[in-house]
Amino acid sequence: MSLDLKKISIGDLIVKHPFVKDFFENQLVPYQGYETKTIYEFFSVIDYEVIEENAINEDLFISGLIDYIDLMNSYFVKEKETEIKITIYPGYYKDGTMEKFEKLEFHKGEVISIVGPTGSGKSRLLADIEWAANMDTPTKRKVLINGRALEPHERFSASNKLVAQLSQNMNFVMDLSVIEFLDLHATSRMVEDKDVIIEKIFIKANELAGEVFSKDTPITELSGGQSRALMIADTAILSSSPIILIDEIENAGIDRKKALDLLVKEDKIVLMSTHDPILALMGDRRIVINNGGIEKIIEVTKEERSILSELEELDKKLMSYRNKLRYGKILKYEEEL
Amino acid sequence: MDMITFSGPPSSGKTSIIMKTIESFIRREIKVGVVKFDCLFTDDDLFYQKLNIPVRKGLSGSLCPDHYFVSNIEEVLDWGKEQNLDILITESAGLCNRCSPYINDVKAVCVIDNLSGINTPKKIGPMLKSADIVVVTKGDIVSQAEREVFTMKIESVNPKATILHVNGLNGQGAYELSTIVYDDKHHIDSLEGKKLRYPMPAAVCSYCLGETRIGKKHQMGNIRKIDLGEKL
Ligand SMILES: Nc1nc2c(ncn2[C@@H]2O[C@H](COP(=O)(O)OP(=O)(O)OP(=O)(O)O)[C@@H](O)[C@H]2O)c(=O)[nH]1
Ligand SMILES: Nc1ncnc2c1ncn2[C@@H]1O[C@H](COP(=O)(O)OP(=O)(O)O)[C@@H](O)[C@H]1O
Ligand SMILES: [Mg+2]
Ligand SMILES: [Mg+2]
Repeated sequence: MSLDLKKISIGDLIVKHPFVKDFFENQLVPYQGYETKTIYEFFSVIDYEVIEENAINEDLFISGLIDYIDLMNSYFVKEKETEIKITIYPGYYKDGTMEKFEKLEFHKGEVISIVGPTGSGKSRLLADIEWAANMDTPTKRKVLINGRALEPHERFSASNKLVAQLSQNMNFVMDLSVIEFLDLHATSRMVEDKDVIIEKIFIKANELAGEVFSKDTPITELSGGQSRALMIADTAILSSSPIILIDEIENAGIDRKKALDLLVKEDKIVLMSTHDPILALMGDRRIVINNGGIEKIIEVTKEERSILSELEELDKKLMSYRNKLRYGKILKYEEEL
Repeated sequence: MDMITFSGPPSSGKTSIIMKTIESFIRREIKVGVVKFDCLFTDDDLFYQKLNIPVRKGLSGSLCPDHYFVSNIEEVLDWGKEQNLDILITESAGLCNRCSPYINDVKAVCVIDNLSGINTPKKIGPMLKSADIVVVTKGDIVSQAEREVFTMKIESVNPKATILHVNGLNGQGAYELSTIVYDDKHHIDSLEGKKLRYPMPAAVCSYCLGETRIGKKHQMGNIRKIDLGEKL
């Protein structure tokens, strides 16, 4: 790094790396009024009592600052992986017998659904992929991304940039408004054109939710459907991750077709666990899980595709009944036939 | 014997995480023992006993639990050696956030949960700032987006630490944690001469010594007054 903390003033440092300001603030280092000084000069003039009060350790702070700048900068460098491939090597069923496939590969543009009874291990498979399991999860599977095992730092990094994940839970807990939340999340993902993207997410989320919410609504006050809509729009638009993992989206109480249209993009690999026949048949292939292991991989047949169209008709009908009831209408036979 | 200190705010999930981590140590036939430090009360020892491992607890009572920790840690280390442990784990009370019972050269893990509020990382101070590994729990309750925002806050307080998301209920991530906290070549044989990573706050005042009466004339020792601004 061509950054000499002995020469650069705190003010210039903040101009160069705006995120440094958060670091000072979160470390409780009161740099205000000392912007023209270097960090070393700051520590030589600052009152010792202030240092002690705020539990600051000069050496730790300075070396931390350097690490933080490196860390944040590393997020900017986007791995421009044009290819994306997932390879899974077999692990073991819950009873300890080995899975029967040799290896599984998923490529860019594929949508794969995951089916199986509750408790069979669908979420586990998604988690194995999210973690890039290396024979160190309960299933002992090995997962390669682009043909290689991920480095420990790539796996442990909480903001895994390769994988975007929509899990089964739908609550928000942070004390933030919708706009504050989107702003922080966009910051953490280091996106360019932050404001444009935030606006887009906000509009999409409202479309998905059906019931409108404002930018100032605290995220904890959103309804289940609104929360889920916000999460989906956020995942779809903000994340550039090439792998998308979706866990049982059908329970979200929102239009799942619209949600999937938003999430499923051509250049990604999408894996979704589901109990919903429509979603299960929407994939190119489906993985059948039983007793913790991958039992089968089935290509959707032609016949199934035509059944899917019928199911979609049925679903439309169900939705229209639902909406009619919602808006106080009375259902009648003639209309529907 | 290696030693690991776990610290973190109350109910952040320390015991749950330690239990899951120990389960994966036991599977690898590594011998583990735990000592829980707390202030007034803890049931944690009963949880650990379920794993059939050596357990002790220390209640500091009227003393600051982290001061109590440092003054007893050598004895605790000796106990661990007597038990022939491969790893000795300590769980702190983590009450006041200002203290951190971390010792140089002894692996320090801070456990913090996703539900604790966006400003908590900033508030916790040395306990988070000087940890080697930060374990974030209760991620099952929030979305990936919130996990990422929370993680960013932690990074800005401790950019050096390895941050790991571990689920205290189903143990997801505990195996990974067990592989990075234990190093069979790292041994702590004695704490003699080792230092705390951060000085604990000095607070010897009359109230530390049992004074209960309120009023200026009963206040002695290290006293600091609140600044409420100018008188009107
Ligand atoms: N949902 C969820 N709950 C968790 C998780 N980890 C821990 N808990 C719950 O959080 C509560 C507190 O967990 P403990 O492990 O006792 O926390 P602790 O930090 O050891 O608490 P003290 O030692 O009393 O300070 C318990 O009810 C746990 O079941 C998690 O990852 N997810
Ligand atoms: N192959 C396996 N070996 C051991 N445990 C497993 C295996 N597969 C799944 N599990 C465990 O079984 C439990 C239920 O699995 P989960 O993935 O949550 O099921 P689902 O999502 O299908 O309802 C989890 O605790 C998971 O870790
Ligand atoms: Mg599941
Ligand atoms: Mg505990």
